[in-house]
Amino acid sequence: MKIGLFIPCYINQYYPRVGMATYRLLRNLGFKVEYPMGQTCCGQPLGNSGYERYATQGIDHFNGTFRDYDIIVAPSGSCVHFVKEHPGFDSGSGWEIMELSEFLIEMTALEKLKISFRKKVGVLQSCHGLRGLKLGKSSELMQRGASTIVRILKQVKDVRLVQLKRPDECCGFGGTFSVREAELSVKMGEDRLYDFINSGAEVITGTDVSCLMHLEGLILKRKLHLEVKHFSEILMPV
Amino acid sequence: MTDHYESAKKFLKEPSKVDWHDETLWWVRKKRDRAAGEVDEWEELREAASNIKERALAELDSNLMEFEQKAIANGITVHWAASAEKHNEIISDLLRERNISRVVKSKSMLTEECGLNPYLENHGIEVVDTDLGERILQWKEHAPSHIVMPAIHLKKKEIGKIFAEKLKIPESDDPQLLTETARQHLRGYFLHSKAALTGVNFAVADTGAFVVCTNEGNADMGVHLADVHIASMGIEKLLPKTEDLAVFLRLLARSATGQPITAFTSHFKKPARGKEIHLILVDNGRSAILGKRGFWKVLKCIRCGACMNTCPVFRKAGGHSYHSTIPGPIGAILAPHYDSEKYGSLPFASSLCGSCTAVCPVKIDIDRQLYAWRQELTRGNGSQLLVSLIGKALQRNKLYDRLGVFLSMIQRRFPWIVNRVLKAYTQSRSLPDVPAESFKEWYKRNRDE
Repeated sequence: MKIGLFIPCYINQYYPRVGMATYRLLRNLGFKVEYPMGQTCCGQPLGNSGYERYATQGIDHFNGTFRDYDIIVAPSGSCVHFVKEHPGFDSGSGWEIMELSEFLIEMTALEKLKISFRKKVGVLQSCHGLRGLKLGKSSELMQRGASTIVRILKQVKDVRLVQLKRPDECCGFGGTFSVREAELSVKMGEDRLYDFINSGAEVITGTDVSCLMHLEGLILKRKLHLEVKHFSEILMPV
Repeated sequence: MTDHYESAKKFLKEPSKVDWHDETLWWVRKKRDRAAGEVDEWEELREAASNIKERALAELDSNLMEFEQKAIANGITVHWAASAEKHNEIISDLLRERNISRVVKSKSMLTEECGLNPYLENHGIEVVDTDLGERILQWKEHAPSHIVMPAIHLKKKEIGKIFAEKLKIPESDDPQLLTETARQHLRGYFLHSKAALTGVNFAVADTGAFVVCTNEGNADMGVHLADVHIASMGIEKLLPKTEDLAVFLRLLARSATGQPITAFTSHFKKPARGKEIHLILVDNGRSAILGKRGFWKVLKCIRCGACMNTCPVFRKAGGHSYHSTIPGPIGAILAPHYDSEKYGSLPFASSLCGSCTAVCPVKIDIDRQLYAWRQELTRGNGSQLLVSLIGKALQRNKLYDRLGVFLSMIQRRFPWIVNRVLKAYTQSRSLPDVPAESFKEWYKRNRDE
């Protein structure tokens, strides 16, 4: 099984540590994983802004870059969702794309990592992962079942997961929405943030660094003491 | 064109009211969760409803013909209105022919869509809205901000004020006192009205009957005391069979307000002796939507409002921020069909979180349609040079990498430039610091570690 690592644009630029944690985690778990150097961006920002038609060349490029892999793994639910939902991807080369937590739950036993994380942790359930990729049952659905990230965190020793008042409300990032409707986006983010603070969380974690970046931006601006980490950083402290 | 952003910003200027609005609607959403959770087969019901609606819309032409035939046989007079104007004209003519100059009307979003009230007022006919929320809005000269709770944007105190002014009672914010006052006030209109207007929640092709749901009983009060009942119905409301109601009536009130069923669920099949029922089948753009690939499923909507209660944008920006008859997520994919310029900002007023799609009792793919609308609405935009350049850079990885290095350098050395360009973002949120190297650069050195 040949695994291609897809590191989305903003992680590459702003959060290389999440890419490193993901890469090391997969290697430590014994997977053969490569990062194809020619990769760019999946084109989601164009699509969500209404310019999907300009993303087609990029999508072809993506298909070419990952042509020789069986599985593509990415530490981002929303990018994986875009690739899965968009008909231009894949075009017959046969790979499958998975978000990191989904991959870990499907493919491996995490016990061997023997990690401990002695913190109170709040999970930000990112919408594209939760409702788009169905990495869990969103609260609107009358079905139950823990999300992949919660199942993973439950295997980490000493973690205490906090209960949020609104377990899966959107944080208000939404890509270009965060700029186009800035005030609304900030209000949505603040309300999420205070849910975490009021629930006693010391760390906010999640599957999507973009949403986490938005909350981290609010935290930094307000000089609050709350850590923000992608879950791979909990599993594989750098 | 009023941009959603501008109106949202305005609404957000009063934080305590925003929080109250948000909490109130979230409370309704939680009530809905409890009610839905009590039905073991909830998800199967949603699936069934979705299938029934899709089939019904696919066969809408023959269903409508069957419905008309059955309704006429029952003694209902059926009218067809291709447009809002035609709908208003039919009602106005029916009333004038009978010398009726005042009517009572229960809640109907379709009559809002058609602008019936102002039309009738211009033709010398007084309309008295009998739904309490709508009565308040009529006094306030406000449009509904929500399709199920039209006056949800007003607080008790504001309502007490308007009662004091209009009904000359001492100012009060006691809901029971206000409701009782409204009952007494409306009773006179019910007793003396010769015609009653209602909407239609569902109509059934195989019986020619239709169903009107209210919680206040105001539709029934109006209809049973008047000689003429005029019901306005969008053609998409038609269900093929009576048994289909068993699915939809279980979903509607639970999704809307978390009640097992509406307090009044009235089935109308034939006029009582000496009375008339007129049913107006309104198209007003619906058949055009039905023909649009990727968009027609919006017509499955049963107007429960659940997507509004769950939507963080709606809760925090208010229903009026949409400036459309039907606000919220469903309104954002519906309104642009009528005027893509005026309502062009609505599909962008979403983080695409998809909560609307997950809560929708008939499984409308709302988030997907929001996305599809965005692709349509950007076509007319002026210069698309920047996006086309970005598109090209995605294909050329060397250029793309260099661009990344360049932008990092800019942010590191001239952060003020970035803060200026991205002011909307950075005003209230800090951007992360630029790391010493990108992941790609790190990987180059460490790939064989």
